[in-house]
Amino acid sequence: MAYTKRLDGRKFDEMREIEGKVGVVKNADGSAMFKFGDTIAIAAVYGPKDLYPRFMQNPKKGKLRCYYDMISFSVNERKRPGPDRRSNEIGLVTEKSLTPVLSLENYPNAVIDVFVQIVQANAGTRCAGICAASLALADAGLDMKDLVCAVSAGVVDGKVLIDIDKYEEDVEGMTDIPVAILPRTGEVSLLQLDGKVNREELKEALELVKKVSKKIHNAQKKALQEKFK
Amino acid sequence: MGELKVKEKEIVVPGEVLANGMDFLPGEGVYREKDDLIASKLGLVNVNSRLVKLIPLSGRYIAKAGDTVIGTVVDITFGGWLMDIGAVNNANLSIKDTSEYIGRDADLTQYYNFGDVVCVKINKVIRSKMIDITTKDQECRKLKGGMLIKINPSKVPRVIGKGGSMVSMIKESTGCRITVGQNGVVWVSGTDSKKEKLARDVIKKIEKEAHKEGLTDKIKEFLKK
Amino acid sequence: MNKEYIVGLLEKSERIDGRKLDAYRKITVENGVSKNAEGSARVKIGDTEVIAGVKMDVGEPYFDSQDKGVLIMGAELSPLSSEDFEPGPPSTQAVELARVVDRGIRESNSIDMKKLCIKKKEKVWMVFIDIYIVNADGNLLDAAALASIAALKNAKFPEYDEKNERVKYGELSKKSIPLDKLPIACTLYKVGGKILADVSNEEEKIVEARLTVTMTEEGIHGMQKGGDKTLSIKEIDEMVKIAEVRTKELRALIK
Repeated sequence: MAYTKRLDGRKFDEMREIEGKVGVVKNADGSAMFKFGDTIAIAAVYGPKDLYPRFMQNPKKGKLRCYYDMISFSVNERKRPGPDRRSNEIGLVTEKSLTPVLSLENYPNAVIDVFVQIVQANAGTRCAGICAASLALADAGLDMKDLVCAVSAGVVDGKVLIDIDKYEEDVEGMTDIPVAILPRTGEVSLLQLDGKVNREELKEALELVKKVSKKIHNAQKKALQEKFK
Repeated sequence: MGELKVKEKEIVVPGEVLANGMDFLPGEGVYREKDDLIASKLGLVNVNSRLVKLIPLSGRYIAKAGDTVIGTVVDITFGGWLMDIGAVNNANLSIKDTSEYIGRDADLTQYYNFGDVVCVKINKVIRSKMIDITTKDQECRKLKGGMLIKINPSKVPRVIGKGGSMVSMIKESTGCRITVGQNGVVWVSGTDSKKEKLARDVIKKIEKEAHKEGLTDKIKEFLKK
Repeated sequence: MNKEYIVGLLEKSERIDGRKLDAYRKITVENGVSKNAEGSARVKIGDTEVIAGVKMDVGEPYFDSQDKGVLIMGAELSPLSSEDFEPGPPSTQAVELARVVDRGIRESNSIDMKKLCIKKKEKVWMVFIDIYIVNADGNLLDAAALASIAALKNAKFPEYDEKNERVKYGELSKKSIPLDKLPIACTLYKVGGKILADVSNEEEKIVEARLTVTMTEEGIHGMQKGGDKTLSIKEIDEMVKIAEVRTKELRALIK
C-alpha cells in the first residue's frame, strides 16, 4: 500500500514541533538543547583548551572532537551504556558537519570538545544533536562562519517527506536521509542515506531540507537571542 | 555605497549578514565575503563610522599582549614560573621579566611559590602557545588573602565600567580592594566577610545582566541594600 | 587561594554563599523527564543537575535468588557535565557512586523483589536504573540517589505479552514498582575541620573526608566513607545526627 498520508497526520513538508534553548549546562563554555518533537538532544562545548597528548597538537589549527551518546533510557529497549560503533560513527559525521563553519585556524594547538547526549529518542537524533551542537558552539563564543541546520528527510513510494519519526522509519520502503545544511549559503555539510532512491528523488529531498532549514535557523537564532533577554 | 542591515547593540548570530557594500569595513568578529559583511560569532553589533565589529558575549579568554590578568603559579622552572591565566596555554614568567632583581642561583619559591596568585601583564603572545608575562608594571603584584571570582572575560568591561566607574562604585560601597583581570579573574579582599559576599554577588549580577540597559542604576540600588 | 578563603570563613562558621553549615542549596525534583523510560526524574541541588531513568526487561533470575527480581544500577559522570570528567569507560568515582546508591536501595529492602517474580527459576523482572550527571557542582551522590528514588517511585511496569514472551515497550501498565520505603542518601563532608552538608564544587575540592549515610524511616542501611583523611567517632556521630534530619526533609520532596 502506498504511503499517502503520514502516520501522525503531518503534511509531507512539515517538521515536528522544534525548539532550541541555550545555556542548559552551566559548567560548559557553551551548551544547548534542541528538539524535534519527542527527540531531545543536549550538547555541551568545552574549549578552546590545551590538547593532550601533545603530539596531536597542530600548530596551524585547532582540533574539533565530537562525541555522541544516547542515554540508556532514551529509547524503548534499553541501550547498554557506553560507546558503540554507531555512536562512534555519528560522532565522526557530527564533527564533519560542523568543521566547515568553524574557523579552527584561529585556535592553533587547541582542542574544542563537543559532547552530544540524546535524552529522549524518536528518530532524527543525529540531526537534533548537530543542531544543538551548532548552537552550543555559538554560545561558547567560538569563531564560526555560520550556524548548521540538520534534519532527516525520508523518501518512500516516490514521495519525499521531512523529519521522519521512528514509526515512519519502519515503514516499508522508507529511505532515511539525514542532511545538514549551512543556512546562509545552502551548502551541505552532512549527507547520509540508507534505502533506495533515484537522482530526482534525492534532489527533491535536498531541496526540501533547504526549504525547511529556514525554520530551524530561526529557532536557533531565537534560542541564542533569548539568552540575553 | 552600502547598507547596514543591523542596528547598534543588536544581538547577532554567526552567519548573519550585517552590512552590504564596500563602504563598510570588517572589524573584530566580522568577516567579508564578496559584498557582504558577516558575523563570525555571537555578539553585540558595534558600528564606529565605517568599522563594523562585534562585542563578544561569551567565550574563553584569548590572551592578548598588553592585558593585565590575574594568574596562579602552577609550576616553577629553571628560568622562571609557569602560570595558569585561564588561556589555552599556561603563561611564562621569566626571571628577567620580574620587577625584583633575582640572581641566577636564587631560590625561586622565595619570590613566587606554587599556588601564589599574582597580577601580571602580558608582554607578548606567540601563536597563542607561548605567552610571556611580566610583573614590571605598576599594577603587578602578588595578591594575598581575599578570594578569586571567575566571570566570563567578555563581561570584564562591564564590571570595570567607563573609566573604571563601575568597579569604583563597588569598591566604595563595600570597602573592598578589588582587582579585575582581563582574563575574567577578579580578586576581592575586604575586612568584613558580609561585604566581601556583597561584592561577589554584585559582580556575579553584573556578569548575568551585562547586556541589559540601565545596569548602572540597578547596581546602585543593589549596593544600597 | 580560595582554599584559604573558604577555610577562613569556616573558622567563623560561614560559607561563601552565606548558607548554614548543614544546609542544602535549593532542591527541585521533576518527574517523567524522558518518555521512553518506564520511569525517570531530574533532580537539581543548587547548580548540580542529575537525571535518572528506569528501564525494565524480563530475564532469568540470579542462581541464588530464583524467586526474586534483579536490580542493576549504573552511573555515568558524563564529560558533558564538567571539564573534570573525561570520555571513556566509567571511572572509579562513577562506579562508587552507582554502587553506593545501589546498596542503599538493596540493603533497605525498599523494593519487594519477590513481587518482581513472574515465574520462579525462569522469569523475573529486571529493573535497570541509570544515572547521568548533567551539570556537576558538588554533592553528586545525594542528587543521584534522590533522582534514582524519584524515578523508581514514578515508574510503571510495561505491559508484558506472556504468550509471546515479549515486553511491550511504549505501553505502560498502571502498576507501580513495589517500593514500600524511600531510602535517601545524605552525604556529610569535613572541610576545614567543620562538618558541612551539600558542598559546592569549590568546597568539594578541599574536602578532607566525607561520609554518605543512606537511611529510611527505619534506620541506617548504608554508609560509605571517602576522602583521604580520617574521621573521629564524635564527628561520625555528629554527621549521622545531621543525616537523620536532612534525609527526612529530602524524603518529603519525593512523597
